Amino acid sequence: MPFIPHTEDDIRSMLATIGAPSIEALFDEIPPALRAKGLDGIPPGLSEMEIGRLMSERARRDGRPLSFLGAGAYEHHIPSAVWAITTRGEFYSAYTPYQAEASQGTLQVIHEYQTMMASLTGMEVSNASLYDGGSAVAEAALMAVRAHRRSKSLRIVIPTTVNPDYRRVALSTAGNQGLRFESVPYVRDSGCIDHAALGAYAGEDIAALVIQQPNFFGQLEDVDALTDWAHAQGMLVVAVVNPTSLAVLKPPGEWGTKGADICVGEGQPLGVPLSSGGPYFGFMATRMELVRSMPGRIVGRTVDLEGRAGYTLTLQAREQHIRRGKATSNICTNQGLLMTAATIYMTLLGPTGLAQVAEASMARTAQLVAALTRLPGVQAAFTGPRFHEAVLRLDRPAGGVLRALEVQGVLGGVDLSADFPELGPALLVCATETKTDADIERYAGALGQALQASRAA
Amino acid sequence: MSQIPADLKYAKSHEWTRLLPDGTVEIGITDHAQAALGDLVFVDVPEVGRTLAAGEGCAVVESVKAASDVYAPIAGTVVASNTALGSAPELVNQDCYGQGWMLRLRPESPTALDALLDAGSYGAQLAASGG
Amino acid sequence: MNQTLEKSIFEYSRPGRVAAAQLPPPVGGRAAAEGIGTAVPEALRRRKAPLLPEVSELDAVRHFTRLSQLNFSIDTNFYPLGSCTMKYNPKACNQYAMLPEFLARHPRAPESQGQGFLECMFELQEMLKEVTGMSAVSLSPMAGAHGEFAGVAMIRAYHRARGDLARNEIIVPEAAHGTNPATATMCGCIVKEIPVDAEGDVDLAALQRAVGPNTAGIMLTNPSTLGVFERKIGEVARIVHGAGGLLYYDGANLNAILGKVRPGDMGFDVIHMNLHKTFSTPHGGGGPGAGAVGVAARLEPFLPVPLVARGEGGYRWLAEAERPQSIGRLSAFMGNAGVLLRAYIYMRMLGREGMSRVGEFATLNANYLQARLRAAGYELAYPTRRASHEFIVTMKKQARELDVTAMDIAKRLLDHGFHAPTTYFPLLVPECLLIEPTETESKETLDAFVEAMTAILDEAQSNAAKLKGAPYTMPVRRLDDVRAAKQLELTWKPPQAATMAG
Repeated sequence: MPFIPHTEDDIRSMLATIGAPSIEALFDEIPPALRAKGLDGIPPGLSEMEIGRLMSERARRDGRPLSFLGAGAYEHHIPSAVWAITTRGEFYSAYTPYQAEASQGTLQVIHEYQTMMASLTGMEVSNASLYDGGSAVAEAALMAVRAHRRSKSLRIVIPTTVNPDYRRVALSTAGNQGLRFESVPYVRDSGCIDHAALGAYAGEDIAALVIQQPNFFGQLEDVDALTDWAHAQGMLVVAVVNPTSLAVLKPPGEWGTKGADICVGEGQPLGVPLSSGGPYFGFMATRMELVRSMPGRIVGRTVDLEGRAGYTLTLQAREQHIRRGKATSNICTNQGLLMTAATIYMTLLGPTGLAQVAEASMARTAQLVAALTRLPGVQAAFTGPRFHEAVLRLDRPAGGVLRALEVQGVLGGVDLSADFPELGPALLVCATETKTDADIERYAGALGQALQASRAA
Repeated sequence: MSQIPADLKYAKSHEWTRLLPDGTVEIGITDHAQAALGDLVFVDVPEVGRTLAAGEGCAVVESVKAASDVYAPIAGTVVASNTALGSAPELVNQDCYGQGWMLRLRPESPTALDALLDAGSYGAQLAASGG
Repeated sequence: MNQTLEKSIFEYSRPGRVAAAQLPPPVGGRAAAEGIGTAVPEALRRRKAPLLPEVSELDAVRHFTRLSQLNFSIDTNFYPLGSCTMKYNPKACNQYAMLPEFLARHPRAPESQGQGFLECMFELQEMLKEVTGMSAVSLSPMAGAHGEFAGVAMIRAYHRARGDLARNEIIVPEAAHGTNPATATMCGCIVKEIPVDAEGDVDLAALQRAVGPNTAGIMLTNPSTLGVFERKIGEVARIVHGAGGLLYYDGANLNAILGKVRPGDMGFDVIHMNLHKTFSTPHGGGGPGAGAVGVAARLEPFLPVPLVARGEGGYRWLAEAERPQSIGRLSAFMGNAGVLLRAYIYMRMLGREGMSRVGEFATLNANYLQARLRAAGYELAYPTRRASHEFIVTMKKQARELDVTAMDIAKRLLDHGFHAPTTYFPLLVPECLLIEPTETESKETLDAFVEAMTAILDEAQSNAAKLKGAPYTMPVRRLDDVRAAKQLELTWKPPQAATMAG
């Protein structure tokens, strides 16, 4: 019996202790009519050898194409030590650290993570992580509404330069509580928030302005001016940032004169594999003043009975298991294991390594854009500074071009036509430090061929 | 046995009220309530100028194990709140009827306190619930 | 267990030290030749480096390995943690979910570059349908609470789509897990709590009074959080359905009935499953979980996107465009895909026969432990009932007579090498320990646990003061929670001296 250790003798003696004639008898309180008839739809069990073979075949079928995809999930080198340690049973198979004395390892990792995240974002405090970037944006919107002492408004301004999937998640998560998300367009040649359009909200009762930096197109927003403007209107500022970029970009805590109020983002670039979209983790940091409005677990340092330092979950009265219907969120789990991986990743990279990853990614993207825009029919959609992504405009529908590239083993970018039809045929491309000269030449060559072939046809 | 000063009026939800000479009403939580909550780690008091309906949540008290709302026993406008509790929530545990006060209201109606419990009735309520 | 507390990673840090093998190679070659560099405008640049450790790779490996050794875990200790189903997490599930192609697959890669992965997801949906008796499943919620949110949001969407706008009340038994009312609130609903009777079943008269034209639904766990099967589930379903409400199944305790009873057959309309409990994906020190949701046919249009469908050209995603009535997207991508792969591998390894054995042996272990602890002098909260996969003992007598609480027992168990059971949940039972052994523990482990519990009960009589000071053998003694919450130290700060020197 896989994963069940009982011998026939064990079963007999256990039933005797219970005083039941059979295992079946232990279910005698369940009305017979409700009993399952068998599970014909489940295939018979497999040994480890058989499942290993099956999974290996399926994995092989998916292959490993050369990818220039980004749009919220980024391919970075992950040091071997990160997952070698993260998957140690003592981290992997531990429960949430409610029993602090038996969980000092997990608790200290969280405390170190909180320290790193707070510093990286330039904020005072960080929680122990949320589900992912999208749900973190949703939680930030809910938190902004809770934390805003003067505004009774449930309105949040979320520009179209914020990842469209984050906007969808925010709406499906917070819409039920009456939050309203209002969008602001971008300027056609910079790909950045249209400050003039934003001006229409001056003086209105809005709980928060959401600013993504770098924005969904990879372009850099004028975060200082936006933050100061929002604060002057009495809005809170929610920053949505890429953690890798913060090694070189101004952290949200320093935006404008007062800094952003809540900072969230997708933690995946920090040592978490792409893995078809998850598990990732969302991060959230804020100012100390707002810590009691922040959702999710938080670890504090304290002392034990003998005065030794130790760590424990704190501010738990905010959480669902105590506050029940009045909790700040229903969230229980954070993404502990991913946060552990990220802490080890940030430790191994350090301030120097993370900055070098950010700079190499920017350089590779610049190189990619230069190589691709040399081809006829391909041009950069936006001017102005960018991080490690760019939008390219094509002279024909992007879908066909991407399929032609795929045949050559290249995933050439994300087709933006569904979410941003006004751009015309457009691709969002990304190159990180993992890409080499040869990779970029291969993409340029394949794109040249794809364009030529469809021109000929 | 918890203390129930005879000169105060009480709400069923364990708040006390004290009529001050200027006609405003001071509000806090009772000895029974602070003991039930245990060591307080945080108290959130309302902003001055806020108007409250009777029964509306007006403050939050938080211990390690629980967070509870404090309800306004009567309707009125907040004229003062005890900001000292922000850095010293333990005042509520140490001196709930004195330094641990939470807010002062200008009552909407001068007779609002009449509807509240006197010390005897509040004590009887506690006794009935086993407290 | 390592008794030495590990210092902070920041205390290992030395300016200029790097794990050099991890640095990316400099961008040279063509890029350098073309003068391509990094160009962040001055105003947008970071001025001061972030506080990240500057350590060698070996420093990092030792530090985090030592930290891991300060933890209890399933791999090292028995974890009879009620309602959490801390069963063995098979190593194969981790190894084969972490095959390089699965890890490298980008969430926006085309479907044609993920047929192997999508086939696993499709089959997982199908197996979960079969094992729960529901007609459709979405895998996207990322934790139990997230699945709960999806479930209640679907209930709201269902009533709204019918123009039945008044239905905003969710009924929750008072024994429910705290997430139930928190979730209802997040969905914009009002919570109505109803009592349970002395034997742990829902109070039907109270339920009858609670339902009405505003009833959106009821959230139930079965077996309930009291560790017993809700025997009146048929009547509950009739009353709630009769009032126009829907039944929500909280899958927290699905392990108890896996392969024996299906929530769909009990009349539930929506369910969430905690794959990190029943289907053995790791708890990871607090996540990631996975909270797949299943629905009856009438709720199918509202499932969160994306779903995986099988068509002539292979497997493909169904997203907003194909599912216009969906409650929407709960994750930027498809949820915790890697966790779902682990659950898939686990289910395939168990297979049809293995699935029913889970419920059988989880129940056998719980009833055995219940019988032995009772014989050892522990008071059961529901002595006339069968245990499900878990049961409750109450320490109210000891608390009254000896001032020994459930917390004290829990802490003393750590000294015996056992993780504590769940304490003070459900809130309904005073001084309770909720004990769930799971099916993967052997009789010897359960017997050793009983011995420890017996010794602790003796100690409660003979030396309560000692007991109240436990634990003694952990890396730290009991921690000052009040200080932690009042003097918030949420980040590491350099020692004062170092700051002054720097």
